[in-house]
Amino acid sequence: MSHAEDHEGTRRDFLYYAAAGAGVVTTGAAVWPMVNQMNPSADVRALSTIRVDVSGVAPGTQLTVKWLGKPVFIRHRTEEEIAEAKAQDAAIADGSAPALVDPLANNENIDAGAPATDANRTMPSPEGEAAESWVVQMGVCTHLGCVPLGNAGEFGGWFCPCHGSHYDMAGRIRKGPAPRNLPIPPASWVEDGTILLG
Amino acid sequence: MAGIPHDHYEPKTGGEKWLHSRLPILGLLYDTIMIPTPKNLNWMWVWGIILTFCLVLQIATGVVLVMHYTPHVDLAFASIEHIMRNVNGGHFIRYLHMNGASLFFVAVYAHIFRGLYYGSYKAPREVTWIIGMLIYLCMMGTAFMGYVLPWGQMSFWGATVITGLFGAIPFIGEPIQTWLLGGPAVDNATLNRFFSLHYLLPMVIAALVALHIWAFHTTGNNNPTGVEVRRGSKAEAEKDTVPFWPYYVIKDLLALAVILAIFFAIVGFMPNYLGHPDNYIEANPLATPAHIVPEWYFLPFYAILRAFTSDVWLVQLASFVTGGIIDAKFFGVLAMFGAIIVMALAPWLDTSSVRSGRYRPMFKWWFWLLVIDFFALMWLGAMPAEEPYASFSLIASAYWFAYFLVILPLLGVIEKPLAQPDTIEADFDAHYPPKDEAKGAGAATPAE
Repeated sequence: MSHAEDHEGTRRDFLYYAAAGAGVVTTGAAVWPMVNQMNPSADVRALSTIRVDVSGVAPGTQLTVKWLGKPVFIRHRTEEEIAEAKAQDAAIADGSAPALVDPLANNENIDAGAPATDANRTMPSPEGEAAESWVVQMGVCTHLGCVPLGNAGEFGGWFCPCHGSHYDMAGRIRKGPAPRNLPIPPASWVEDGTILLG
Repeated sequence: MAGIPHDHYEPKTGGEKWLHSRLPILGLLYDTIMIPTPKNLNWMWVWGIILTFCLVLQIATGVVLVMHYTPHVDLAFASIEHIMRNVNGGHFIRYLHMNGASLFFVAVYAHIFRGLYYGSYKAPREVTWIIGMLIYLCMMGTAFMGYVLPWGQMSFWGATVITGLFGAIPFIGEPIQTWLLGGPAVDNATLNRFFSLHYLLPMVIAALVALHIWAFHTTGNNNPTGVEVRRGSKAEAEKDTVPFWPYYVIKDLLALAVILAIFFAIVGFMPNYLGHPDNYIEANPLATPAHIVPEWYFLPFYAILRAFTSDVWLVQLASFVTGGIIDAKFFGVLAMFGAIIVMALAPWLDTSSVRSGRYRPMFKWWFWLLVIDFFALMWLGAMPAEEPYASFSLIASAYWFAYFLVILPLLGVIEKPLAQPDTIEADFDAHYPPKDEAKGAGAATPAE
């Protein structure tokens, strides 16, 4: 075609760009549905809130429910466990225990920047119960997604058997490869003994 | 096709001429199968045929298994048991497919280490090497997704852990993971798409295998001396080579027969030896098996993935330099993929002009240490994530990277190689001295 010095836009140049542009847009429009079909379908998205009856969960026990295809741990702590958790909190604060791997609470119910204290990791207790008695968190290890085992590990909380992550009684990562504390999903008391997830 | 001078296909009959002028496919097949092949190839050159056999075996058994399998979370596990108990010969076909995957990886590792020892990756065979690495990656993807299909506990949790690797990518990881899974966790959508891709990827592998063969038929095969076939004339080339058919076909078929004897002994007498009992428990999203272990062929890279925890100084440095974007989890993922990428870059990292390890006195030791390192990583990958295995994994992972990134570049500079034979013919004659000198010319012609 024309020589390099010929910079004048011609009708032919315009047609080239218009055809190429239309080709790119058409290809993109054709590819996008093929990509997007792999995203969660409507029935999967619909199951985003559930109610959980926790009236039968006695202190010292744990209920595991499935929410969004993943386990949620609902733990009812005993007085001793609360005391032990507070003692660990104090040990971290005064430096006698190693600093937290993830300093953030990772709790969707409170401010995103809130520190990972035991109080910020627990649910507000219903009336007539000691503060910090309920821990509700995703039962999915933040390393590679295994389900940690309850009442296990070096900190009396959870232990992930896959790659050896130790979580404490508030689900905070204390040792092992996991980078973050167990996430706390949106959870609230809707009536006596029932928790709404999502 | 090849740069080595040789006879080309000449259509003889009327029918052949008719077809040849319309579609020269007989010529393509003839030139492929009659390719001049170095006559000094040793037994480590049989793995290509074994691998081709594995691909055919897996596709053939896979196609018939699909006739009885149901890709649904409620039915998949039961349909596998249906294959095992009800389908005529189903248990045998499934065991062939299961153990066929293991044979495939035995062969591919032998093939890769053959290439690493004899410098098969070096110029001009870099493209063959890179295509080979792509085949290896596709094999890993196919094997991983195939392992998910029986929907046992290991299937489910293996899928959870491996797709979790994508979640480790900073910023965009979680949307990518959700997109891959088709939901917040491994579920029916995941099973269905893995089934689709498990069927698709072997076809991609078949296409890549064709390119792999095309590439090394263009450059000619490497051989144990690493010395190139002489190409000055057809007569000269024929002194260094024999045609692939019938010489190497017969040799490779003997090797295949020996390997299949062992393979069928395993399929027949110990078909679950390489599997995990946990995979005969149906998938349960609420309970993780006590010890998640991938299949044996993933263990070396799994060990590298786990080796880099947050207490390793290199991980802390990476985290500090990137302002926390690269954490221990992402670092492990990068290390695992990096371990394969450094291997793929071997053609450019190896600075030695000598191709074959046979003539590299220092290289040999480092190479065999790499082989030991590979098996050590395989063993460590199967061990629980605790001391002393964690420290050993870190040392073994470090050697893997050091071999490719430090040792290969340095050896080319400091090593004094041994003298190489001038020609392949000279190497061959040194091993098999010509006996006919006294009897006169002509007797050396191979029996035909």
